[in-house]
Amino acid sequence: MADDATAAAADAAPGMPQLDITSFPNQIFWLVVTLIAIYLIVSRVAIPRIGAVLAERQGTLTNDLATAEDLKRQAAEAEAAYNQALADARSEAHRIADETRAEIQAELDSAIARADAEIAAKAAESEARIAEIQAGALKSVEAVAGDVAADIAKAVAPGQSVDAKALADAVAARMKG
Amino acid sequence: MATESTNTAETQTGGSGKTIALVLAAVAVVLFILGLMGDYAPEGGGLSIDPMSQFEVSPLFGGDELSWFVPSNVTLWMGIAIAAVAALLVMGTRGRAVIPGRSQSMAELVYGFVHKMVEDVAGKDALPYFPYIFTAFLYIVFANVLGLIPASFTTTSHAAVTVTLALTVFISVTVIGFAKNGVGFLSLFWLTSAPLILRPVLAVIEVILYFARPVSHSVRLFGAIAAGHAVMKVFAGFAGAALIAPLAIAGMVAIYALELLVAVLQAYVFTILTCVYLKDALHPHH
Repeated sequence: MADDATAAAADAAPGMPQLDITSFPNQIFWLVVTLIAIYLIVSRVAIPRIGAVLAERQGTLTNDLATAEDLKRQAAEAEAAYNQALADARSEAHRIADETRAEIQAELDSAIARADAEIAAKAAESEARIAEIQAGALKSVEAVAGDVAADIAKAVAPGQSVDAKALADAVAARMKG
Repeated sequence: MATESTNTAETQTGGSGKTIALVLAAVAVVLFILGLMGDYAPEGGGLSIDPMSQFEVSPLFGGDELSWFVPSNVTLWMGIAIAAVAALLVMGTRGRAVIPGRSQSMAELVYGFVHKMVEDVAGKDALPYFPYIFTAFLYIVFANVLGLIPASFTTTSHAAVTVTLALTVFISVTVIGFAKNGVGFLSLFWLTSAPLILRPVLAVIEVILYFARPVSHSVRLFGAIAAGHAVMKVFAGFAGAALIAPLAIAGMVAIYALELLVAVLQAYVFTILTCVYLKDALHPHH
């Protein structure tokens, strides 16, 4: 009987099994079961898990970005410190060079002054001696001139006595000449 | 070192390609045996085109009695859909990796896709309803795609299923609308942007449209899927005639590609319409 009835129902709806109302309760029941099953899978496992993974990834990304930023800042600081040290070293080197130069200059100046003084003293001494020698030489010239004049007078007028005083005056007068 | 790593990569791709080929060959063999066992043999040399028999609901373990709790082919294919959802969302995300693998990427992609859809279309305050919308999307997309396996049963090709889904959305959305806005929900039908004289007329139209929603929402899905499967079956029937077989098979391939698109697209459409209706319930003022 039941078989005949379902067969008749199937024959009655040859076109669309979708319109066969006898299958509706079965489909709807299993659909509800399926939806509940998927809903449980989704809400109990999938959404919390995927949400946590996505949140963790976001956190990791943020952390990594922050770390990168930090490292970048540190690198910039290190560079600034390096540049500062370089500038300090350079100015220090300049300072030392200047100091040394000034020291050497001062030493040089004092040495030059000492040398100048020495030279001046030596020159004065030499001048004095030259003057002395000059005076001595003049005196000798006078004596030699007197002698030569006496000899010349003896040679020119032999036998005649020469007045020594007149000779000396004559020589002196000539020398001044 | 570099050549060595390329070699390993090549062997890996070669390995996976071989696996895929083996799986396809196994599927082909199974389908061939199913075809031998099935009632595809044309009787008396004529074409046997029966595009509707694929939609028949029958008990899984024999017998003709189809009471509401008897496991049927509906049960089988819905069960496979549940297994597929579990495989993607539970097995796939087992690693909980910060850098996801292939299956976890897929799961995250689907999650992100539906989550963004709900947030963008229905707004942030619709996110509490995201689990149910995600459930509906997953069920529809898996049922549609599983239905494209030859000799399978497409649960979404039945009005009973899609009407249940659509009515669930319709009733829930209406209840949410009244619960959140009270009588203010009725302002959904009162278009303040229209001239005052026209508003009653428009309100009547709006109410009719509102009650037409579950109809279009459900018929769109089951109609598209059932029609596509029927067309495929017709083409497959014509493939039995030697003369037009090449044409029929080429048409079959083209329709199959189209149906693959329709399967995903209809799931998307159903979900986004759910979001639109939810938005109307949460923010009825135009």
